[in-house]
Amino acid sequence: MSIIWSLFLSFIQVGLFSVGGGYAALPLIQNQIVNIRELMTLAEFADLVTIAEMTPGPISINAATFVGTKLGGLPGALICTIGVIIPSFIICLTLAHFYYKYRNFSGVQTILASLRPAVVALISSAGLSILTLAIFQAEKEAIVLSNFRIVECLLFVAGIIALRKFKVGPISIIFGSGLIGTLIYLLPSLF
Amino acid sequence: MEKKKLDSKILWQLFKSTFILSASTFGGGFVIVSLMKKKFVEELGWLEESEMLDITAIAQSSPGPIPINASVILGYRMQGILGSFIAILGTSIPPIAIISVISLFYKQFRESTIIATALTVMRAGVAAVICDVVIKLAQNIIKTKSILYISLMFITFMMTYVFGVSAVTVIFLCLGIGFVTLFVEILKSN
Repeated sequence: MSIIWSLFLSFIQVGLFSVGGGYAALPLIQNQIVNIRELMTLAEFADLVTIAEMTPGPISINAATFVGTKLGGLPGALICTIGVIIPSFIICLTLAHFYYKYRNFSGVQTILASLRPAVVALISSAGLSILTLAIFQAEKEAIVLSNFRIVECLLFVAGIIALRKFKVGPISIIFGSGLIGTLIYLLPSLF
Repeated sequence: MEKKKLDSKILWQLFKSTFILSASTFGGGFVIVSLMKKKFVEELGWLEESEMLDITAIAQSSPGPIPINASVILGYRMQGILGSFIAILGTSIPPIAIISVISLFYKQFRESTIIATALTVMRAGVAAVICDVVIKLAQNIIKTKSILYISLMFITFMMTYVFGVSAVTVIFLCLGIGFVTLFVEILKSN
């Protein structure tokens, strides 16, 4: 069996069994690629995780592309990515179909209404975790007050004001904070 | 659902938007969901806010990458199966292109101080975007004046943030509560 085909099958399984996003997918990818098929060493896999986290886009797509490129060039990258996507496509298309068919029924609305506060809570929790990570450079369990970063804190406040008062677009905020912050941290070291 | 007429303008906008959002999503699934909410609810007015929350719940509790799941549902909503397909393309082309290039010189990339600094400070901007979205969402939950929904929001927040309960568990728990409220409503109306 060729490597590409075996990668394709591995990544279909990753897509099918990773519930809850990227961090659920990484151990599955490790199991498939490092343990079962022995296509990568653990050190190479650690590189993969670092790169997948450092680049934009879904972590499992990043990981699939990275493994695919390493083992089979661009065709490998495409095949692995398609593998991860296929289960999502079939399952979510089915769910979307039923959601749009039945969502206006009052009974369905009652059930969905109890889900929405939970989704708001989940997004808040994710946002607060990222904020802690930004301001203290650590997860919330490991906050040390002396690690407080005034630059990130000011960027956050400025970002909120720009978004709410001046209606600046979110993408400008994300890249703008990256640019300004990098200049503040790295310019002094140049002189 | 009635058959959607294919509209090339909407398809192009769908592709363009998912492409740009995917290319600027640093961080997990909830980051892209916040960006989608700003783009498709606030800017384009394609979806209602409640619909975006429903899509998030479905995308989060289905297997696979959350941004892809959300794109599939969003695309289907706008332009049927073709829309789904276009939204998947838009979401997956940026990471494929970026990773293919970076994998050629990833050692230099990983060791670059500039990139490492940019990625850490960028989190402040990402947090600001999510915070802005959350403020509006939470206000609307509070506006319902329903004690059930407001307390659900606070309890589930404590569960995920303080006690680390997984998102899928929380969603299924609230799904259960939804069924109970429905049952109570039916009993009351009889």
